[in-house]
Formats: sequence, C-alpha cells, structure tokens
Amino acid sequence: MIYDIAAIWQKYSYVFVEGIKWTLILTVITVFFGTILGVFIAMAKMSKNKLLNGITFVYIEIIRGAPMLLQLYFFWLWLPKAMPFEMSERDCILVALIINSSAYIAEIIRAGIQAVDKGQTEAAKSLGIRDSYMMRYVILPQAVKNILPAIGNQFIFMLKNTSLASTFFIGELMTSWRTVQTATYKPIPALIIVGIIYVLMTWTLTLALGVFERRLAESD
Amino acid sequence: MTDVLIKVENLQKNFGKLQVLKGIDQTIHSGEVISVIGPSGSGKSTFLRCLNLLETPDCGKIWFDGQEITEKGINIDLHRQKMGMVFQHFNVFPNMTVLQNITLAPILEKKVPKAEAEQKAMQLLESVGMADKRYEYPRKLSGGQKQRLAIVRALAMEPKVILFDEPTSALDPEMVKGVLNVIKDLAKSGMTIVIVTHEMGFAREVSDRVLFMVDGIIAEEGTPQQLFDNPVNERTKEFLSQVL
Repeated sequence: MIYDIAAIWQKYSYVFVEGIKWTLILTVITVFFGTILGVFIAMAKMSKNKLLNGITFVYIEIIRGAPMLLQLYFFWLWLPKAMPFEMSERDCILVALIINSSAYIAEIIRAGIQAVDKGQTEAAKSLGIRDSYMMRYVILPQAVKNILPAIGNQFIFMLKNTSLASTFFIGELMTSWRTVQTATYKPIPALIIVGIIYVLMTWTLTLALGVFERRLAESD
Repeated sequence: MTDVLIKVENLQKNFGKLQVLKGIDQTIHSGEVISVIGPSGSGKSTFLRCLNLLETPDCGKIWFDGQEITEKGINIDLHRQKMGMVFQHFNVFPNMTVLQNITLAPILEKKVPKAEAEQKAMQLLESVGMADKRYEYPRKLSGGQKQRLAIVRALAMEPKVILFDEPTSALDPEMVKGVLNVIKDLAKSGMTIVIVTHEMGFAREVSDRVLFMVDGIIAEEGTPQQLFDNPVNERTKEFLSQVL
C-alpha cells in the first residue's frame, strides 16, 4: 500500500497539485463573494423592514436546510437555462457555492453584531450619536472580532465542501482523485493521498486561525 | 424658581404584562440635583431611562428644554446630545482610547474640530485626575477610572442634565468615593443631575430633592431632611429602616 501511495504520488503529483490549486481558488472566491453577499443579507435580516426580514429568513432557512449537493445540482441544471449568456459548469457551481456560503456568513455576521454588549448601543445613543455612526465607529469594530474567526472557520468548512463539486468534475482536489483512480485502477491509495492533503490544508489553516485569534484577543 | 428643564406627565411603562411605571408626574428645574431612591424593582432605572427615551414610554409625555420629546417624528438624537447619561456598567467603548471615547460624539455630531475636542477632553480628564491615561484603552483602567471616563465622556457634549443610573453599584468599595466626589463636584458646579442611587449618605449630602419610588410610583418626595429625617409614607419608613 505504501509503495502504491508513493508510486502514485510520484507519477501523478501534478494532477493533485492542479486539484489543490482549484480547491483553493474555489474556496477563496466562494468565501470572498459569500462574505460580500452575506453582509447585505445580514443587513436585510436585521433591518426594520418586515418584507426584507421575511425574504432573508426564507433564503437563509432554505439554504441551510437543503443539502449542499442538492443546491449544486439545482444551479448546475437551472442556471444555464435561466441566464441569457453562456455559463460554464464551473461558473454554475461557483454561484451555488457562493450562495450557499452567503447564508452561513450572513448568520455569522448577524450573530457577531448582536453579540456586542447592548450597553455599547445605549451609551452611543445616550450621547446622541446617530445609528449609522454608531454602527461604523462603535458596533462594527467590536463585532469584527467576533466575525473574523467565524469566517475563518467557514473558510475551512468550505475548503472541504468544495469536494462535492467533484460530482460535476470541475477540477478541484476530489476530481483529481477521480482522474487518478481512473488512470491507475487504484482508488484507495489515491484516496489516502487526497485525504492527507485535505487534512494538511485544514490543519494549517486551523493553526493560522488560532494565531490570528490570539492576536485579536490581545488587541481587546 | 429657576427654569423648568424636564417635565414628565403621567409617564407609564409596561414590560409585557408587568406595569413598571404607573403614572409619574415630575418637574425638574435647571440646576437641581435629584436623587431617586427605592427598593429594587420599583422602577427607578426605568424612569431614568425613559427621560432620554432609551425606553419608550407606553403612555404619557416628556418635555425637555421646552420641547416635547415624546412627540412622534422627532429627532431624539439631537435632544440626547443635551442629556448625558452614565451607566452602572460604564459602557465605555473598548475599541477606543480614553481620548477617543471622549471626543467621538463631539467630533461626529457637533462637528467640533478634532484639536479643539481633544483640548477640551484633556481639560476634563485633568479635572478627574486622568490626564495621564489619555492614550490608554479601557481594558487597562480600573472600574473607578472607567466610570470617571464615562462621566467625562458625557460632559464633553456639554449637556444640560446628566442622568446617573446607579453609577457606583458595580464598583469595588474602594473606588466608590472617587466617583462620588466627581459627581459631588459636578453638583456644586451647578449641573442639573438626576441620580438613581443606593448611596443614602451621598443622596442626603448632595441632593436638593429626593424621590422615593416604590411599585412604579413616586411614593414620597422632599428635601433630604424631610425624607430621611421625617418620612411620612409607611413604605418610605420601612425602606429607610432597612437601608440606614
């Protein structure tokens, strides 16, 4: 087995490297745009407008309630028909991933803002500071310390979840496994290689996140 | 009689089914120092928090500085700028230095130039013995220092009244005196003050008038001498016998 693993790695490392590259690209794009979209969804959910509240409630509950694989299938099937321009399979999957993570990140942002002590809001109000300034200067700078570590966790979560995109053969790390096992007829050693790579990536990110969190805590 | 600064008429407030304030009528004049005392749950803090609309009254009207602030569509921020408030748990901004805590509201809302705001803040800090702490973050301050910062932060807006909500209740015993001294100095300087407090000695010493609240009403009010030495109401007598 160890011989197989070494041999496969030696011969097909470029396939795995390509997979790592696409896994990271998909994750970074997903979390980046998911965060931007998530900010607006969180704002809508916290607004006083009942209609916006209702829409965002349904949006978040559907996305968090339905399996991710189902969502990938849905956008993969539906987007090419619905859009007036050409969309590659990878683009469709990317949109699905972004929408999926936007719902989770919206909840992270909302929770992070609401976790800021209520006394802070009251103090700002008692000074006559208007709501927009209060958000910008008092609440958000404190909320960011709750939000950033949680988005880091979301990044790790998405890094693993992009593997579902291999169903559509779009080139991330799990797709690399499918490529290699087809070429070698040795699925288990290839799977172990991919598993080790995933664990190394998430482990590195967890360590980095830990250092980052400690820095944040120190500046508190 | 001096000018009326705050007038409250039939103020009522419910939290769910619980009626916390059952109709408060009160007139506060400029320069008055008023202590609000009473057992916990009597509605003291809620009354204070209604005065700057941190709690929205369910019924009744409040006038501040000649303007009805309970009127619909009013910009309450403008009025709050003239009513300082100091909280039990300080509520200083942990993400800002001492100086930034003080200058934030004047710079943002009163458009005071930064240099001027900082100069004013330094004067205020000196008056409470904290000038050397100007670049510190609140996490490095003691409870007493945080509360003095909170008082200075309120003063920087040059308010016409300061509302104190149990300002020493969360402090370690050795910190209480320093904070009370700052409030005493303020009272002497002619600032209008409404303070909810459990410090009876302090209330007796600095107040022009003491309000005794129980079960959502003002059961008795008068000068400190009247209220502490010759209480009329049975509930007042009972309360004072327990706390004095």
